[in-house]
Amino acid sequence: MRLRAMPMLTLALLLGPVLAGLVGTLAPAFGILPVIGRVEPGVDAFRALLAWPGLPGAVWLSMVTGLGATVISLVIVMLLVACWSGTRSFAAFRRALSPLLSVPHAAAAFGLAFLVAPSGLVVRLLSPWATGWTQPPDLLIVQDPAGLSLMAGLVVKEVPFLLLMTLAALGQADAVRAETVARSLGHDRPAAWLKAVFPRVYAQIRLPVLVVLAFSMTVVDVALILGPNTPPTLAVQVVRWMNAPDLAMRLQAAAAATLQLALVVAALGLWCLGERVVAWLGRAWIWSGARRAGGAITAALSLALAGSAALTVLAGLGVLAIWSFAGFWRFPSPWPDAMTLGNWVRHWPGVAEALGTTIGISALSTFLALVLAIGCLEAEHRHALRLRARGQWLLYLPLLAPQVAFLPGVQTWMLMLGVKGGVGAVVAAHVIFVFPYVFLSLGDPFRAWDARQATIAHSLGAGPDRVLWAVRLPMLLAPLLTAAAVGFAVSVGQYLPTLLIGGGRVQTVTTEAVALAAGGDRRAIAVWAIVQTGLALLPFALAVGLPRLVWCNRRGLLHG
Amino acid sequence: MDEPGLILQDLRVTLSGKPMLRLSAHVAPGQVVSVMGPSGAGKSTLLGAVMGTLSPPFAVSGRILLDGRDLAALPVEARQIGILFQDPLLFPHLSVGSNLAFGLPRALRGAARRAAVEKALADVGLNGFASRDPATLSGGQKLRVALMRTLLAAPCALLLDEPFSSLDADRRAQIRSLVFERARAAGLPVLMVTHDPADAQAAGGLVIKLD
Repeated sequence: MRLRAMPMLTLALLLGPVLAGLVGTLAPAFGILPVIGRVEPGVDAFRALLAWPGLPGAVWLSMVTGLGATVISLVIVMLLVACWSGTRSFAAFRRALSPLLSVPHAAAAFGLAFLVAPSGLVVRLLSPWATGWTQPPDLLIVQDPAGLSLMAGLVVKEVPFLLLMTLAALGQADAVRAETVARSLGHDRPAAWLKAVFPRVYAQIRLPVLVVLAFSMTVVDVALILGPNTPPTLAVQVVRWMNAPDLAMRLQAAAAATLQLALVVAALGLWCLGERVVAWLGRAWIWSGARRAGGAITAALSLALAGSAALTVLAGLGVLAIWSFAGFWRFPSPWPDAMTLGNWVRHWPGVAEALGTTIGISALSTFLALVLAIGCLEAEHRHALRLRARGQWLLYLPLLAPQVAFLPGVQTWMLMLGVKGGVGAVVAAHVIFVFPYVFLSLGDPFRAWDARQATIAHSLGAGPDRVLWAVRLPMLLAPLLTAAAVGFAVSVGQYLPTLLIGGGRVQTVTTEAVALAAGGDRRAIAVWAIVQTGLALLPFALAVGLPRLVWCNRRGLLHG
Repeated sequence: MDEPGLILQDLRVTLSGKPMLRLSAHVAPGQVVSVMGPSGAGKSTLLGAVMGTLSPPFAVSGRILLDGRDLAALPVEARQIGILFQDPLLFPHLSVGSNLAFGLPRALRGAARRAAVEKALADVGLNGFASRDPATLSGGQKLRVALMRTLLAAPCALLLDEPFSSLDADRRAQIRSLVFERARAAGLPVLMVTHDPADAQAAGGLVIKLD
């Protein structure tokens, strides 16, 4: 195969299923589903959807939690960077970033639930001395109807993601010098950063922010764990109808998925409008000459907020770890009465089986994504192709298009074509979501590689393939492994593609863990969530350790 | 027309149609031609054109002949032109010895290959450096390894892209004469791009000024 065709082939592999999936969702929404003999277009499915009493609540939840989580995460990250970049506290965040990022959404959500639930660790630590409670209070904290805990669960995971994207953007924004100039003109730190650096940084992280918005509105696994039940979010309801034994319910599911897609488009539009308003206000603020933006108070607040987001994830994992070994654990005792290996022994056979499947799926999808990414980047290098702004949008499309809007469509196609969902189909689906992250992670180091090295190797008689295999890839071992770890973690965390494309027959640690959310077996949940987290974290440890081992005698590659 | 050496016949480079460079030159074997000019005068464009690393929107016209071969259609790896950059650019993942062996003709095998590497190191006073990590070498040592790596690939011409500007003054003269000496001994035509008049003076050959 010609390398030159690689970018087009990759786009087709990624966007083909997304677009086909959207068609496969729209058609049944308007009454066409030949598998059950429906070929007459109509709007009955939407009529049925409108008749569902939970609809207004579900729509409201989707909008509020999505927009709320995005705004809060973005504000926290921007203020943190504005007040703290370049300091020692900031370096601590930087170090905690990779592990925080790789913690799967579901595990972080379980951790949060175990912390703040009425019988969670926070209440235990405060009881009975401060609260007077000797029984867990009858409060609906987790799965609250307003979606606050859902929003919190999203924020703690999106803060590290946006922080990573911002760090990557800072280098290209000439941030340090711009901020210095603004401060020398009499602005305090946050004001200087917000006025001089933020506009440039935001332009760079805009797409990731939109991805966070679309994701937060439509996420299913976190909403199953932390979101309300009656009604659930629209995305959760789509999955419930998709999984109903009656195939006719799929029409209603498709209508709801279509509505969800429209909501996301509307929210993205609303966001772009908001960007203009903020830009207008910002210009007025700059013009006014105000030089203060809260200085030390803003700094303290941003550190407290970002710190609690990070601590929540870490403390949540800690509580999960304790619960996985907990025997009898009375309320309000802050520590289990007995520790035991029993939970692990009891759940291990199931865990082991799901572990094998998960590792297989994630390793294979990561490998395929890496091959595609290297192929695309190498084609870009050899044929001097440039990824234009349009290409960037296409790359983000699988992340922007809500999974819950197009995966049901893909499933409908599989039903029509008689394709059985299985491990192979799940791997293919995972590649769609793994590839963009692998490509984004590998792209910068791959392009930053000194092309003079290639010129030298060519001038010594090496052809393009030898340069790739013998010079470029070995030199890029560390970023390659990091990209692989990112891809693996993304794949491990996938819930909806595994559930829908696997047809319920493929059990990974994530589908199993999320399936336990409805029950109340804390020890089982803890064991599965810890396994899920470990599986996502382990490759990051390898990605850090392996290059040190392989290149232990090559100083030039250890501090690059 | 089998004249030996490197011949640039009315070489022109354009960038998106805009003329960047126009030059004719003949570099005879064993001779050094220096190209001088302020930054932005097209010095690195010239080297890119000769190496074959320019891609659209650059366009190259005119002829580049090396020992009578027209290079226009050849990829970088088939042109048999060695290059030394300002940085030594040793491959950081390979030992010093493997760096040297990278461009050795494949016909040399086993003990002969090892012997060629050892001899090259000995020639520049680096006996026993074969197993060293390139990152542990001094700047002058790295440049000597880079020079020998280039020569071991048996090139037919040598390009120098300000290769001495990273060295301090006294090292500089020493390495400079080593490079010129070696190139002359191998009978290579040398095209050197520099902004240091002392380099051009030491080369002793023709000086072309770009502007």
